[in-house]
Amino acid sequence: MSDYKVDYQFDAAIGAGKQEGWNRPPVIEPDGEGELLEVAMGPHHPSTHGVFRMDVALDGERVIRLKPVFGYLHRNHEKLAEGMSYLASMPFTDRLDYICSLTNNWAYALAVEKLTGQEVPERAEYLRVILAELTRVVNHTSAIGFLIQEMGASGTPLMYAFREREKILDLFEALTGARMMCNYMRFGGCRVDASAAWLGATRKVVTGLPGFVDEFEQLLRTNEILMARTQGVGILLPDLAVNAGVTGPLLRASGVNYDIRKVDSYGIYNRFKFRVPLGDHWDVYDRFMVRLLELRESIGILEQALKEIPGGPVMDAKAKIRGFRPKPGEAYGRIEAPKGELGFYLISDGGPNPYRYRVRPPSLINLTILEDMCLGQNVADVVLIFGSVDIVLGEVDR
Amino acid sequence: MKTLEEIKAAIEAARPGAGVEIVTNPSVSGQHSLRLAPGCAVDVARFLRDELFFDFLSNVTGVDWPDKEIAEKVKVTRQVTKTVDGVESTVEETVEETRKRLAPGYLEVVYHLFSMALKQGPIVFRMRTVNRTDQTELPSLTHVWRSAEFQEREIWDLYGVVFTGHPDLRRLLMWEGFKDHPMRRDYVDPDDFEYEPTAHDAVLKRAQAHRAAQEAGAVGQEGTGAAR
Repeated sequence: MSDYKVDYQFDAAIGAGKQEGWNRPPVIEPDGEGELLEVAMGPHHPSTHGVFRMDVALDGERVIRLKPVFGYLHRNHEKLAEGMSYLASMPFTDRLDYICSLTNNWAYALAVEKLTGQEVPERAEYLRVILAELTRVVNHTSAIGFLIQEMGASGTPLMYAFREREKILDLFEALTGARMMCNYMRFGGCRVDASAAWLGATRKVVTGLPGFVDEFEQLLRTNEILMARTQGVGILLPDLAVNAGVTGPLLRASGVNYDIRKVDSYGIYNRFKFRVPLGDHWDVYDRFMVRLLELRESIGILEQALKEIPGGPVMDAKAKIRGFRPKPGEAYGRIEAPKGELGFYLISDGGPNPYRYRVRPPSLINLTILEDMCLGQNVADVVLIFGSVDIVLGEVDR
Repeated sequence: MKTLEEIKAAIEAARPGAGVEIVTNPSVSGQHSLRLAPGCAVDVARFLRDELFFDFLSNVTGVDWPDKEIAEKVKVTRQVTKTVDGVESTVEETVEETRKRLAPGYLEVVYHLFSMALKQGPIVFRMRTVNRTDQTELPSLTHVWRSAEFQEREIWDLYGVVFTGHPDLRRLLMWEGFKDHPMRRDYVDPDDFEYEPTAHDAVLKRAQAHRAAQEAGAVGQEGTGAAR
């Protein structure tokens, strides 16, 4: 795979001159005789990463139809947030994508900061970058671990991933008090400061990461079964990916150079040197290679941030984090979460609660093209294609 | 990047009679938006995608704006007959009056649009339904941007906006057979959930009322929601 070379040509993505219906899933005709087999994969299938169902129609092994069914984990997060103050829904954002709670915190804090115009101190910006990139490492290692697990290598490879994840979760726990439900960021900064000892421990973990990634990459690059199962499977064309609103590693594996850290350079991302890995075969294998390469870039960002982090406060002393009333208006803030574009759209009517609170869930929107990728493929590959989208049901169903 | 005014002008030049309005956002975020007339929205959407290269529809949001009573202070001038020094004369007098006006409610859908090709955005545009009871249709943009597919289903599910032309408009998060639209501001929780086993205070009262109603057979089936 030759990464970093292919760039996306914008005329390929737009629909001008394309036939009506080009962005709809293809119609697959069954070729055998007899009836189709209708299978409900899920909601308790081990490969669905939670409670998610795919209603699949099969002709032999071939997928003829696939309809995702959502809502098993629906708790109307948005309505809950509209009934409470801005600060009170911060802990609830942890529960959206519960593997990456810190990036959820950041996206929400960013949207509120856009609405109120609060400034974030320098040190807090660095801490946010450090925590977000650690979260990305957690997410991508788990995603790759799950892939190998789902191909039947039960247990061991996933535990390699989880061993590394646990080191980072220990850091989260030391800083925020919780492994997964961190509830760490605040509007205009972060909740508590990181001690010198914590930064030292983080440096130590980050120093060990490249060795782990090398070892992990061996699993992907040299395993013949893995390559046979993933290469050329579940191809997603770049123009369809853009049209279907796909974001994150799934989009970049389809060769589209779009990373919100580069495009918006929110926070202080313009200070760091990193590259955006792109795929050129657009298949499941590329999606995992892109994640692996992103791991390396994240480690690079972490090294820079840990070197440059300045002293100072993590919260503006005058910033109001509770009981404030933003003036009427609206704001949309988005970040590059490990799974794609995570956005929060807030409308204020001048009250202490948001009038409208909307989460733009990358997991749900990335599933839009699940059907297109799976049609005509073998049913065993559906598990891999689904795994390569990398979703968390807490965010899909909200 | 083009300003919103330039985009508005471009739309009006290419699609005369499109009926585009700029909605200003008083917040510090400065994300102003365009209001489209639902009638030509698909046409305008295609123009935005194909000619201005806004190829990535990121976010589709439903918003409920219920009927609102607006109290306005109005200056009224009327003629008053006064008797001054025994002479009757008609004088004009200006009085301030408070009048109440009912602003009809509507459902709104907000779209956040970006350009991956040109790395621009967001362009925010919005559409309104006629009212929030029986004329809640809006054109579906799923054929222009596929990313609207699930999000429009979600808005139909939670707000009740009917997207005409949507290829598969089913509920997304609630189950089939559910009647109401839970994200609306006037939604009432159905009295059909299990109360906690050690209910106390307000919950105890609701639990007792619920069980009494259940014994009397008055509680409807699960998921029927509030009567509308």
